[in-house]
Amino acid sequence: MQIHSPQFKQRAAEALVDPGLQKALGRAKQGFQVKRAAAVAGLPEFEALRDVGRDIKNHTLANLDFYLEEFAARVEKAGGHVHWCSTADEARAAVLAICQKAGAKTVTKGKSMISEELGVNEHLEKHGITPVETDLGEYILQIRDEGPSHIIAPAFHLNREDWEETFRRVHTDLPADRVFSERRDIMTEARARLRQKFLTADVGITGANFLIAETGSSVIVTNEGNGDLTQTLPKVHIALASIEKMVPTLEDATSLLRLLARSATGQDFSVYTTFSTGARRAAELDGPQEYHVVLLDGGRSNMLGTEYQEMLRCIRCAACMNHCPVYGAVGGHSYGWVYPGPMGSVLTPTLVGVDKAGHLPNASTFCGRCESVCPVKIPLPKMMRHWREREFERHLSPAATRSAMGLWAWLAKRPEVYRAATGLAVRALKLLGRKTGSFSALPLAGGWTAGRDLPVPQAGGTFMAQYAKSKRQ
Amino acid sequence: MSRDAILAGIRRGLRRGELPEDQKAMLRTRMARPPRHLMPARSRLAHAGQVALFVANLEKEFATVTRLTALSEVPGAVAEFLAAQNLPPQLAIAPHPELTGLAWEERPMLRIEARPGQAQDFASLQHGFAGIAETGTLMLPSHPTRPTTLNLLPDTAMVLLRTSRVVGAYEEAWDLLRAENSDSRTGGFMPRNVMLVTGPSRSADIEQTLELGAHGPRRLHVFLLDDTQ
Repeated sequence: MQIHSPQFKQRAAEALVDPGLQKALGRAKQGFQVKRAAAVAGLPEFEALRDVGRDIKNHTLANLDFYLEEFAARVEKAGGHVHWCSTADEARAAVLAICQKAGAKTVTKGKSMISEELGVNEHLEKHGITPVETDLGEYILQIRDEGPSHIIAPAFHLNREDWEETFRRVHTDLPADRVFSERRDIMTEARARLRQKFLTADVGITGANFLIAETGSSVIVTNEGNGDLTQTLPKVHIALASIEKMVPTLEDATSLLRLLARSATGQDFSVYTTFSTGARRAAELDGPQEYHVVLLDGGRSNMLGTEYQEMLRCIRCAACMNHCPVYGAVGGHSYGWVYPGPMGSVLTPTLVGVDKAGHLPNASTFCGRCESVCPVKIPLPKMMRHWREREFERHLSPAATRSAMGLWAWLAKRPEVYRAATGLAVRALKLLGRKTGSFSALPLAGGWTAGRDLPVPQAGGTFMAQYAKSKRQ
Repeated sequence: MSRDAILAGIRRGLRRGELPEDQKAMLRTRMARPPRHLMPARSRLAHAGQVALFVANLEKEFATVTRLTALSEVPGAVAEFLAAQNLPPQLAIAPHPELTGLAWEERPMLRIEARPGQAQDFASLQHGFAGIAETGTLMLPSHPTRPTTLNLLPDTAMVLLRTSRVVGAYEEAWDLLRAENSDSRTGGFMPRNVMLVTGPSRSADIEQTLELGAHGPRRLHVFLLDDTQ
């Protein structure tokens, strides 16, 4: 997928004044936050399970090489194939080779963020193979030629009128004056369209929420059933997975599944949680004849042993973005690549480089809600701060920021001067703003005041002045 | 070789070489005898309580349930359910001896075929392997006698399950599979496909509003046969 992260500021500014997008983003509270809170309240053990989830992932990462080899051995024993891919290029080539060997003309697809990362669709199309997205959200995005704006609700940015307009535009064989009286009518039209695609596809490509070493299984989690139709009906099933999806056993996967749906959609469990292990067995009447796992590193192994290692615990539930005030204001497309929100702000610089994605870790208020809802307790704010430090060290931040930081550091190391300077500044601001009560513009702070007003300092002076006064009393 | 490159990259990050044999042996033991993690208290009930919780959770997730007391009631119950839903009296059933051995001829109007699911099927009857009380979830493992497509293609998916197959937590359903299933290819217990199904198909992709009947079955109905009374 093309990287637009360097244009974050421009895209965020446009997003803030896009009425359709703002209407869609307004659904985050009822659509995600309230539902998650209810599901979590319904499971008294949820907090304790977060520790279990964190520990399972930490154990797996500490032994990742071992578990990957065990996994691969079991996949092969079950008649499947594992394709180890260091880079996105290798993974794209592996997918294409499997499809070409199968003589594929059309390929159905379940929702996979790895597929977005790799740009599988573009690659297949370039080689004359037609990919068909079957997740309802991904289906409309493929028609509209848009990327997902959310990792579990890809069409989160669209409103009902967008769905109706798009379906009328492309499903031209249906009566133009048909009525969509309910959301269900839109869904039913997509269901009828995609039925035929499921039946005629030569290859089915899905992602994987987990890989299980004990059994050599890949796991997908869906509500629609599209992932199951994708992996069951065609003669070839390809599961795309990155190396950190690994867990040791069914018990480990089970504990993480208790966290996943509750954190993601606020369901106790998703409708379909499906474990795939190898190819169709002798005497079986259905199921794919070939089973392939395309196993992608794609920069993940570089995160081990760094301050970003804990990010590899992520189970892609999207709770962090669902609760993020920045995501809630600018939407997923502003982030400019596959992964938006707090998890994207940490992951994107790791995978595409901080030079391209340095804006993202800066797009945070450090309110900490992302960490507080993360089912595997990833310290997201801490990692965003690490990226800001990296950006500063590598001289990637703007000159004005750097000189201001330098000045502040010089002052902060000299407490007497610092207090004198801040005391002076507070008095000056009070004097200047005594009429208006706030500042809509300030010299050297135009970027800050462009989006908000600075209130005039309250009576009592700086924090240190008030503190000293209270101690004297 | 990318395999070697990936493994070397991981070991470099972890600042160690390949794990020594004794540590590998410990991890293999962990896989062979997987440690149990925290199991929610809600599933730690006497069996009758688990069955009641299973039914309550099925209904919470928009599935429906008919309780039966004898296997011989199944053909009649199926016929009545289809009629009540205004569905034609025809269905695909799993080629499982317990289903094919039923006295379907007592319901001559009912057209049954023992086969995998097909795209135009109105209804199917699957043979359930286990029910999981904690979320009202059905465990449906693939087998020559339990085709996966029966769970996916028909508009109305029906499942026959015995109350003796209802367990509290997911882990206990895995225990049943480990104890009872033997895979023809690997010699292990894991079949090609295991579906954990919780209610009928749905989507909230349009405006985060839940609608039933996405790509999978629009209805899920469980015939729960009481064999533990």
